[in-house]
Amino acid sequence: MSERSVPTHAIDPQILSEAGLSRRIENEDICMQVEKLDLYYGAKQALKDINLSISRQRVTAFIGPSGCGKSTLLRCFNRMNDLVDGVRIDGQILLDGQDIFAKSVNVADLRRRVGMVFQKPNPFPKSIYENVAYGLRLQGVRSRRVLDQVVESALRGAALWDEVKDRLHDNALGLSGGQQQRLVIARAIAIEPEVLLLDEPASALDPISTLKIEELIYELKARYTIVIVTHNMQQAARVSDYTAFMYMGDLIEFGDTNTIFTNPTEKMTEDYITGRYG
Amino acid sequence: MGNWFKSGTPWIWLNAAAVSASLIAVAGLLGLIAARGLGHFWPANIAEIDYRKDGQTIRLIGEIRDHEDVLRERLVSAGLTVPEDVLTVRRYQIKNGNRDVTGLDFAWILGPDIQAQRYPDDLVVIERREWGNFYGYLREVREAGKTVASGAAAWAVMHERLQRANGLFAQIRDIERGELGSINYELEQLRLETRRLELKHQTTPEALAEIAARRAELQAQYAELQKSLNGLYSDIRRDSIAVETQAGQLVELPMSKVVHALRPNAMGVGAKLRVYLFNVWEFLSDEPREANTEGGIFPAIFGTVLMVLLMSMLVTPFGVIAAVYLREYAKQGPLTRLVRIAVNNLAGVPAIVYGVFGLGFFVYFLGGNIDRLFYPEAQPAPTFGTPGLLWASLTLAILTVPVVIVATEEGLARIPKAIREGSLALGATKAETLWRTVLPMASPAMMTGLILAVARAAGEVAPLMLVGVVKLAPTLPLDGNAPFLHLDRKFMHLGFHIYDVGFQSPNVEAARPLVYATALLLVLVTVLLNLAAIAIRNRLREKYRALDH
Repeated sequence: MSERSVPTHAIDPQILSEAGLSRRIENEDICMQVEKLDLYYGAKQALKDINLSISRQRVTAFIGPSGCGKSTLLRCFNRMNDLVDGVRIDGQILLDGQDIFAKSVNVADLRRRVGMVFQKPNPFPKSIYENVAYGLRLQGVRSRRVLDQVVESALRGAALWDEVKDRLHDNALGLSGGQQQRLVIARAIAIEPEVLLLDEPASALDPISTLKIEELIYELKARYTIVIVTHNMQQAARVSDYTAFMYMGDLIEFGDTNTIFTNPTEKMTEDYITGRYG
Repeated sequence: MGNWFKSGTPWIWLNAAAVSASLIAVAGLLGLIAARGLGHFWPANIAEIDYRKDGQTIRLIGEIRDHEDVLRERLVSAGLTVPEDVLTVRRYQIKNGNRDVTGLDFAWILGPDIQAQRYPDDLVVIERREWGNFYGYLREVREAGKTVASGAAAWAVMHERLQRANGLFAQIRDIERGELGSINYELEQLRLETRRLELKHQTTPEALAEIAARRAELQAQYAELQKSLNGLYSDIRRDSIAVETQAGQLVELPMSKVVHALRPNAMGVGAKLRVYLFNVWEFLSDEPREANTEGGIFPAIFGTVLMVLLMSMLVTPFGVIAAVYLREYAKQGPLTRLVRIAVNNLAGVPAIVYGVFGLGFFVYFLGGNIDRLFYPEAQPAPTFGTPGLLWASLTLAILTVPVVIVATEEGLARIPKAIREGSLALGATKAETLWRTVLPMASPAMMTGLILAVARAAGEVAPLMLVGVVKLAPTLPLDGNAPFLHLDRKFMHLGFHIYDVGFQSPNVEAARPLVYATALLLVLVTVLLNLAAIAIRNRLREKYRALDH
């Protein structure tokens, strides 16, 4: 385990790059680093030797056809895959230089630092207020004043405050799908994570709600590192700074969004982006 | 025809017929029980019948309860004289009461032998504390053997004095049940304390002196109460009434034995309705008399409800915890499947088997050991080592726990994965997720399990007969003496009451309507307990309504 705890930001990125370990981006503050990640569901390998880095306060998008492993990779970042039976993971993911698969890591702490929003809105069957306060209550926050403040700022952060401020104590299930998804984002940012994982956050929503979510992502990146999985390439192009294209468990190409969409290196990327398959 | 079959119409009819048959069966059952049971409380008119028997005319007074048509030959072969020219003869069942005078409550008489039938207004029904009803004419009211009113005036005077006697009777009962009961209870506690000190070899003179002082004080109180009781007893014995029976004999009844007196023939429908409601209320709120065949069944209602509540309190946590382990923590494999099959099969084990288990394990083993460890002073008399409320509730909890486990497991399985993941993604541990989100959302399913458990437990009799239910419990399991809830006491139960009144009573014929009334009440209590649980479930459902994506 000792080699795993070596803080990688101490290692010269050049060396890593030359060693082919990483496709690191120049001049960026690295928040998460994926190294030689293999993931197996039983005998089936779902992720093959993934190496990439997530830059702080940038939006990184994972694109690719269904079943390419983009959601699986995302769910590695907060160890959501732990819940699946028969999953085996090799390699490492470093969060601020610390391997998140290390035995010393408390999964609950990790998930507090790496928040997640799912494909379908999944508010708890509680009031709007209690949904947002959930994470804080888990941390033992009882003070009404603190809770009120955090709930308000999280709802403002998720651009939902004006719509729900008069009915904070109504059941969250009464909100529309788009509102529910923003509520879930508010719930995630209420505990101030470092990284926010968005797993196709707009795929279950109508175009207007989708637009609102995209605007929100744009605002949120000033404070959070965002990783988004999407099968909507226009969305990836609109919201992200960096894009990773995956296919059949392989990371085909990773780079800044402009380059990927305008001048991809790989033929497969170009084919996918121009809609030849997928 | 073929087309008609293909259209599916016969299926719809078949299904509708099955539903209708079930509904009719349920409605018929309830209707029969209600009609037979509720009619009992209506103050029926009393007939005075001139009846020819062995060439003589005798007078019968009583309530005509039933009639049937009997084949002539049967009556002839029984040695009765009947008219020649008829095929069947109608005969009537008369409830003529006065069991202490005539020895029989009921008589069958033949229709053709009835010469006259009258309903005089001044016929009186007297409900007594012993010996059942008395029918006859009120002739005199007496005070210490001297007549104070007679004839027409007697009725009003009797009512005044009856009220006084009933007031005295209530006082006597309050003292005997309440204060004397408490003193007896405390004296028993003192005896146990003395014995406890002896067993621990701590019988210091001071402690003994203190106990003796308290005992003396209690005994002084006891003597005082006994004195006032004696006074009340001699007061209540002052009055009596003289009533003329059907045979013309004048019988003296002490006023203390009269519960109330009615002249139903003189009453209108409104007055009878009042009496009816009063009788129903008495049935619900009073204690049984005369080997359970008279009076009310309040202790049985109380025992049933208390037992079911205790059972619910025991079975819910137990079943829920087991289900959470099975569904959430246990590794799903052949072993869990086996456990699940075993649990499901437990629900099918006959109830009496649980009774035997309860008696052997809870009462004799657990109870016996509890007594040895914690109540050595009461030995050899058992405290928990004998059937009682706690063991009955526990036995029924074991009996119903499979239902709760199965229902809760289904509820847990229905919670969407997205909700669990949402909670985990916010940094909750598995236990926190369960506790804060999953269990509240599964609570309606738990309530469903509890509803099924209550429905089964409230009607169960067989196991209870082994582990705690008795024909007549002298005290309720809940009273004013600390610790208030006496889990070691035996209790009465509606289901057993039905069995007891219907089959074990000395006067089955008279008690039959009570069997129906009690059965109706048992159904009502079960329904009420269920409705309460259903109301709670619906509130929870509303609160945690599942996500509709």
